[in-house]
Amino acid sequence: MQDQKDIKKTTYKDYAEKRASPSPLIRDTFLAFIFGGALCVAGQGLTALCLAWTGSEKTAGTLASLALIAIASILTGFGVFDKAARYGGAGMLVPITGFSNAMTSPAIDAKSEGWVLGVGAKIFNVAGPVILYGTLSSAVYGLIYYVLKTIIL
Amino acid sequence: MIYLKAFLFGGLICAIAQILIDRTKLTPARILVGAVVAGVCLSALGIYGPFKEFAGAGAAVPLTGFGHLLAEGVRTAIDEKGAIGILTGGLTASSAGIAAAMLFAYVSALIFRSKSK
Repeated sequence: MQDQKDIKKTTYKDYAEKRASPSPLIRDTFLAFIFGGALCVAGQGLTALCLAWTGSEKTAGTLASLALIAIASILTGFGVFDKAARYGGAGMLVPITGFSNAMTSPAIDAKSEGWVLGVGAKIFNVAGPVILYGTLSSAVYGLIYYVLKTIIL
Repeated sequence: MIYLKAFLFGGLICAIAQILIDRTKLTPARILVGAVVAGVCLSALGIYGPFKEFAGAGAAVPLTGFGHLLAEGVRTAIDEKGAIGILTGGLTASSAGIAAAMLFAYVSALIFRSKSK
């Protein structure tokens, strides 16, 4: 017991890294490629369906994203998404499905902490930073674009 | 053909992200943030637009496409409305996706119970 208490933070880190099995890079990357590629093919198919329905390419793309977001959220609720993500890794997380999962998963887990500071706050655990830095960088780009445009024209 | 391109390029973006997760200390949350910011930058440089024309959903579905949506929205809004577009463009263009993700996440929280992991 005394020994465990004496373990310093750094020692523990070394220990943990030594014990953690090395991540099989090639297998992980291959699976991410397959899962990610398959999701994009699904997105392409949904876009084609929505295009036939609405006739507008822009609306079709948006609707396809919405469909993927909805499906990912429901699959997260059933616990299927997390199982798939264990294999697919970045292939499940980097597509828009990962954004949906990143909101749904903490929202469900935070139910016991209440609906305002639990679900309401935790829903943005990962999505918040994504929206923040996305909006920030787009505003910085907008500023540069606006200044350049005003100077040149 | 567009399906094959969507598969190859969408898969490629995810594979790169997986290598970054495995080989660096970047957490998945940081990868997501990085992907969106990378999408904004590539769109700003005029690369992502043509890439999306070429790869279809392979470029639109990964979160880099979300960044492209933000940057493209800002660009269009500035062209149409002037300086105010710097602030309104990004969130206006991405509003459907963000609102839908909030809505579905909330409804899922109402319906489902937390699973022990």
